[in-house]
Amino acid sequence: MPGHFEPLPGGGAAVALDDVEISIIRSLAVQLLELIGPGPAEDTSGDPLAELFAEGPSEPPSDPVLRRLFPDAYGDPGAAPQAKEAEEQRAHSAEFRRYTENDLRAGKRDNALAVIRSLDALTSAGEGGAVLKLSPDESRRWLGALNDLRLAIGSRLEISDEEDSDLLFHLPDEDPRKPMVMAYLWLGGLQETLVSTLMP
Amino acid sequence: MGSVTSPAPLEIERTESVEEVFAVPEPDVPWVTIVHNDPVNLMSYVTYVFQTYFGYSKDKATKLMLDVHHKGRAVVSSGSREEMERDVQAMHGYGLWATLQQDRK
Repeated sequence: MPGHFEPLPGGGAAVALDDVEISIIRSLAVQLLELIGPGPAEDTSGDPLAELFAEGPSEPPSDPVLRRLFPDAYGDPGAAPQAKEAEEQRAHSAEFRRYTENDLRAGKRDNALAVIRSLDALTSAGEGGAVLKLSPDESRRWLGALNDLRLAIGSRLEISDEEDSDLLFHLPDEDPRKPMVMAYLWLGGLQETLVSTLMP
Repeated sequence: MGSVTSPAPLEIERTESVEEVFAVPEPDVPWVTIVHNDPVNLMSYVTYVFQTYFGYSKDKATKLMLDVHHKGRAVVSSGSREEMERDVQAMHGYGLWATLQQDRK
């Protein structure tokens, strides 16, 4: 049961978490929130019109985690296009980014916030760990957030192909990346069991 | 219904000539959404996304997921450019690595 979501009768999912596990997930979710950054409204003193018309960025993020979370929409990663075609793809990706990245950031922020809120509700209710119960809607938000967290850690660990992951999973205990790899694997188990409770 | 009455051929001719006049230089090639392989996304999660977002059957979603995994990429939907931009945005929302392009060839 520890580290494993189980389906609840009538929908939703439950997992037993101890205090350390709660604090690890919470701290990773907070770091993700900080990385994604505030919404446009928070930059424009709460003017709803300014928020509505705020355009997103046109350049890809410089941080590799954000670049993975918000990739270019145009361009074949396996091809080396001619200069003219590459130029065209950059322009299309920039336009796509302007109109979508703010919404995408908001969605990922909402998911991470939902995780933090449900954990905070949990810690205030129990001592030394508890059983976290999620509604179907909360389950979907958790699923998205767990995936974003794994993408973020995967980028930081520079996992870019299957061989990288094989290598990381056999690190010696003294390797400084070991704790992050353990967290990555543990989150993978949580996500795997959560997705199985949601399978249509 | 088969025999041609006099106005019918006229109409057909007119439609054809209109199409010719407004023919676009670039043929109207459909656009496709492509999902690319990455070692982080779980196979079960990718299948779940294809079933949930596109409404594909478990079999179809699983086949597409396996294509992504083994061939490095799979075309998951096709349509107008606007529709494909919507699909790509949704895939990015789920954390899948997706791009769109015109389906040349």
